[in-house]
Amino acid sequence: MRFTKAMAIPTYRWPRGVRTGLWFLLIALCCVPFADLEVSSLDPWTDLGRLLQGFISPQLMEPTLVIEALLATLAFAFAGVALAVVCGFLLALAFHHPLMRGFCALMRSVHELFWALIFLQFFGLHPLTGLLAIAVPYSGIFARMFAEILDQVPKQPGYALPARSGYLSALFYTRLPLAWPHLVSYASYRLECGIRSSAILGFVGLPTLGYYLESSFSQGYYPEVAALLILFYLLVATKKLWLRRWTLPVFIIGSPFFMGEGMPIIWGNVWRFFSQDIVPSPLRGSDPTWQSFADWSSNILLEQALPGIWNTLILSQIALAVTGIFALCLFPLISRHCFSAAGRMPGHILLVIARSTPEYLLAYILLQLLGPSMLPAVIALAIHNGALIGYLTGRNSNEIQLRLSAPERRVDRYCYELLPRTYPAFLSFMLYRWEVIMRETAILGILGIQTIGFFVDSAIQEIRFDVALLLIVIAAMMNIMVDMIARRIQQNVSR
Amino acid sequence: MFRILVRGLLLMLLTGAVNAAPVFVFTAIPDQDETQLKLRFQKIADYLQEELQTEVRFVPVKSYAATITAFRNNQVQLAWFGGLSGVKARELVPGSIALAQGIEDPEFKSFFIANSSTGLMPADSLPESVRDLTFTFGSKGSTSGRLMPEYYLRETFGESPNDVFSRVGFSGNHSRTIALVESGAYQLGALNYKVWEAAVADGNVDTSKVQVIWETPTYPDYQWTLRGDMDAVYGEGFSDRVQQALLKMTDPELLRSFPRSGFIPASNDDFEPVRKVAKAVGLLD
Repeated sequence: MRFTKAMAIPTYRWPRGVRTGLWFLLIALCCVPFADLEVSSLDPWTDLGRLLQGFISPQLMEPTLVIEALLATLAFAFAGVALAVVCGFLLALAFHHPLMRGFCALMRSVHELFWALIFLQFFGLHPLTGLLAIAVPYSGIFARMFAEILDQVPKQPGYALPARSGYLSALFYTRLPLAWPHLVSYASYRLECGIRSSAILGFVGLPTLGYYLESSFSQGYYPEVAALLILFYLLVATKKLWLRRWTLPVFIIGSPFFMGEGMPIIWGNVWRFFSQDIVPSPLRGSDPTWQSFADWSSNILLEQALPGIWNTLILSQIALAVTGIFALCLFPLISRHCFSAAGRMPGHILLVIARSTPEYLLAYILLQLLGPSMLPAVIALAIHNGALIGYLTGRNSNEIQLRLSAPERRVDRYCYELLPRTYPAFLSFMLYRWEVIMRETAILGILGIQTIGFFVDSAIQEIRFDVALLLIVIAAMMNIMVDMIARRIQQNVSR
Repeated sequence: MFRILVRGLLLMLLTGAVNAAPVFVFTAIPDQDETQLKLRFQKIADYLQEELQTEVRFVPVKSYAATITAFRNNQVQLAWFGGLSGVKARELVPGSIALAQGIEDPEFKSFFIANSSTGLMPADSLPESVRDLTFTFGSKGSTSGRLMPEYYLRETFGESPNDVFSRVGFSGNHSRTIALVESGAYQLGALNYKVWEAAVADGNVDTSKVQVIWETPTYPDYQWTLRGDMDAVYGEGFSDRVQQALLKMTDPELLRSFPRSGFIPASNDDFEPVRKVAKAVGLLD
């Protein structure tokens, strides 16, 4: 016994962060056998070919319609994000309160398309539906980020204030000026997300780009699809040119005029929605019994919620792992330690296109091409999020100074220098993105993949808003839980 | 002075609200390719505006549910519904009435279509060999693309479609169902027989790649449904005038876009069979 003990070699333990990453990879691999990853369309290449041909000869549909759709896309994005900045800032001031924290978590854990589907039921196709669908979740997101930014501001200037300075003076004279640049840069990043969200809202009937994308696509008019997509990329890519300090107020003030007229709001509908529609149907009758309510809820849980949750988990874990692999492969493309300025150009273009295409749209396109299974969803989530994280990681890698002894060969430099040194940042981006991927996975159900969004959509199609709301709340709880777990892991890793 | 101004303003607002007859808005279930629907219903809007002497507007929506919701929310007053969506809408809006249906609608049917790679041939019943193939419905809320096919599948196999087929999808509309079965994305599909016949007649479908393998027994389907409170808003006898306008639509071009050979009166009771089937399948409470 003593002999073996003396001979024991000190075992190497992988760093905590690497182990975390490998665990995620292992979980994803375990999910694969349960996932439906089949290519079910007989001939995906013909359709893909037709789509690419569309890009070679794009064809604009009626220009006035397109311009209206573009303006509406911008209008919803600007108005929604502007409203969310104001609300989010106010909420951020009270963010230390646990109740407020929970409230904001709930707002942001429900996807903007779900919000749109909820508002559609009582506002109908009114601009307010689109405006709130963006403003509500974004307020929750802003509240959290703004609160974090304000917390990280150095405290020293506050100590220099006169003893009886009020809360507002402290805020306006010490914290806000220091936090301002960060607030602005975050809001500007969110505006880009807002344009994407706004475009997607067209899929449920609002007059933005998605409306025409969906109808052209579902009819197989690929040249029109290509033209609309090219326009969308141009819009996002040229943001720096048309979005200036002085144009911003013009856009925000002008936006209400370009949201389309929609249909008038009837307030009785709003009241009916909250007082009847979302009350569980067994409780609506004159003599509700607990038995009927229990039957109703257990039925929904077993038949819809559980399969939905299961598929959402499976799909999002696989997508998360593939996203990570994608990001690690992509980030060197824009790293100054791997390519010259000119050499990085193609990488930049690729990443901009991939990350500005909303995953919902990508999944929609891939579903048409590959047929209905989880595969198109995994690819779509991985392309969009992988490009985003690849971009952030690449930017992070540009900030590091190489050691003098860093390897010369690019492959060695990547493996032994860049990868280890950017990995912690990469992992924290991934952990942050986990919840987003989960939220997107749920929403992709609307396209027919049987995640929880599929059952929400079915309930809405059957005009069972009580069921739909229950499922949306369940999806929200899942997101909140994943968010909490991700944060716990993050704390553990960085300890 | 100020009080007079306020009163004047209020009065203006009130009279304005009373005088301007609200725009009469209608919609339709998006059961086919959108371009076709837009063409069809813009013509109908022009026709109704002429006949009813009031401003008429068509609003396109993206889903069957959105049609029902808009009708229920009184954001549209008239709708071209399918059997199931009409039953649901009338249940949600007490007093609303089925006004007119196509001549073909009392005896509507669904076609089951199959990709030629399956080797399936037309038959008098659904063969056992469709088991474990992939299958697509149309929209989740469609009568001829979902409800009736599901009902007959359950009747034939005694199981839910999910258990019969290896994969069950929802294409979204009848045109998509044809496209998906033709391309082989799904091996089987079920759809509105009128849409199929129109697509074949227009040469929009390659019948060497996809063909009809079974047709369902007949059932009542599409109808125009109007909210019940219209006479109070647009004047006495308005509902009758809408019905008359629909019934005397004879312009072949208008009718062909549906495609129906004409319209006949309908009543809520005509759709009782659809309601029963929907209850049996679990799509209605």
